[in-house]
Amino acid sequence: MLTQVMPQPQVVEDRDRAAIPPSDAEAESLPMAVQAKNVSMWYGAKRAVDNVTMDIPAKAVTAIIGPSGCGKSTFIRALNRMHELVPHTRVEGTVLLNGENLYSSDVDPAIVRRRVGMVFQKSNPFPTMSIGENVIVGLRLNGVRDRKFLNEHLEKSLRMAALWDEVKDDLHKSGTSLSGGQQQRLCIARALAVEPEVILMDEPCSALDPIATAKIEELIQDLKKHYTIVIVTHNMQQAGRVSDFTAFLYMGRLIEFGATTKIFTNPGQKQTEDYITGRFG
Amino acid sequence: MTKAQLLLRERSVRERMTPPSRFGDEAFKWLTLTMALAVVLLIVLIGWQLARGSSLAIQKFGFSFLITSTWDPVAEQFGALPFIYGTAVSSLIALLIAVPLSIATAVYLTELAPLWIRQPIISLVEMLAAIPSVILGLWGIFVMIPWLRDYPFPFLKRILGWTPIFTGPIYGPSMLAGGIIIAVMIVPIITSVSREILRSVPDLQREAAYALGATRWEVTRIAVLSYAGKGLFGAVILGLGRALGETMAVTMVIGNTPQIAASLFKPGYTLASVIANEFTEATTDMYLQALFEIGLVLFGVTILVNLIAQLLLKTIARGASPRAVQ
Repeated sequence: MLTQVMPQPQVVEDRDRAAIPPSDAEAESLPMAVQAKNVSMWYGAKRAVDNVTMDIPAKAVTAIIGPSGCGKSTFIRALNRMHELVPHTRVEGTVLLNGENLYSSDVDPAIVRRRVGMVFQKSNPFPTMSIGENVIVGLRLNGVRDRKFLNEHLEKSLRMAALWDEVKDDLHKSGTSLSGGQQQRLCIARALAVEPEVILMDEPCSALDPIATAKIEELIQDLKKHYTIVIVTHNMQQAGRVSDFTAFLYMGRLIEFGATTKIFTNPGQKQTEDYITGRFG
Repeated sequence: MTKAQLLLRERSVRERMTPPSRFGDEAFKWLTLTMALAVVLLIVLIGWQLARGSSLAIQKFGFSFLITSTWDPVAEQFGALPFIYGTAVSSLIALLIAVPLSIATAVYLTELAPLWIRQPIISLVEMLAAIPSVILGLWGIFVMIPWLRDYPFPFLKRILGWTPIFTGPIYGPSMLAGGIIIAVMIVPIITSVSREILRSVPDLQREAAYALGATRWEVTRIAVLSYAGKGLFGAVILGLGRALGETMAVTMVIGNTPQIAASLFKPGYTLASVIANEFTEATTDMYLQALFEIGLVLFGVTILVNLIAQLLLKTIARGASPRAVQ
């Protein structure tokens, strides 16, 4: 049942692959950022994720698709231990971040979340903070005090999130004064400011209009030059547009994983094909 | 059934229907409006009644009623300053004690406490509110005051005796004891309102902070408390409103002496206490009038506190509005 088109981790020289969609052969030679091995997750007695093994390549966009309730949002929360905030959840298996086990007993979940950032379905800037404070709050939390350094990072993060030009004169204004799409890019800037190794995006465009969505998708294309991105999406066109690799989850199980071009044009599994062609889900 | 039959049936259903009646909407609107106005009317009537009952005293003493300290029923000289002072100071002490206690409890209950311990604590705090005021007063006289007199008061005097507020002889019944008993009485309301406020903070806000690598305390500080700040302020004001009007238990422990003394060990008196204590003794018209005026002052102060609080809330709201993100 559990078929994977999975490469083995190998270190190759880093290069800019932003424009070239990788083929399967290329995927086999990519370095891996996150390796999930036999991950199963429970909410109380209910099994939400069932024995998922998946290697997520570095500096590429990996989309996780599947019908509602298939466990995709739950699964990415295992990658930064966010599921631990919900009572009665349990994880089995291991998750390696650049080779280190996130679940070994000496790892502080707060440190994990600094290294694996997250952007949520709905934008959630801190309403009592200004735009500028929202961006650097992560650095502040982690002990950065140097005013000059903070200012530099403020601009850098906002530029990377393609928001600088729109807000540079309004940095003191409340984060909630922005439009929905701007707020979501502000949240991306906030996640970028702490320079995570991986960014998880949980349906980041589901509350946005098509224009704001297009801007976020463009941004994702830029960001993958520097970051490993895992995006959960309901929208298959979006997965096709932004991702290099796609994982299809169904009822908690990983049905298929591979290069997006292959999954969408020549899926290896009947279930994947049925889902992608809109026969269910 | 043929199509024609179906059409016929549909028509017969429509024929049975009556046009929608607007009467219900109108009646509902007027009924609710009347109820809402009744509440407003009640407040106005109480104020008017108090003003009418104290009109002679207001004429005789004028503004000096609020700023003089003589309370002499025999000579018919009345000044409310010691009572105003007593109400203000005892309420302030109560807030200083109750606010940190209540908000910390609410934070513990919403953010930290394991699920199995939450409900017992919530129930106990709510039970505290159910204790009749007079019982709390009895406990104050027979348990709290002797204990305060023997341990905490001498301790305070030893380490803070150099300040004017902890000097002089320790009797037991005192401004400080009054403030402490009020604190006990307002902890439940501040705690349960704060808890509701904190619970209304969206989890998305907490997740935002956790996702940046915040610890529990940092999440509480940047995502929860700052988001809830406005609401928590409201909870405190609600507690202050209660504190100002608290009567029975305070009357039993505050000492009931109309004086303005710097030391919190000295007895005091509050607006509510003097009304409760002296109403039955008010034999002359002017005495009764003065007590009515005390009531009017208390009524005015309470309404003023609420008005100022609402104004402050509006000013704060003009900055960042927590309700903008849900």
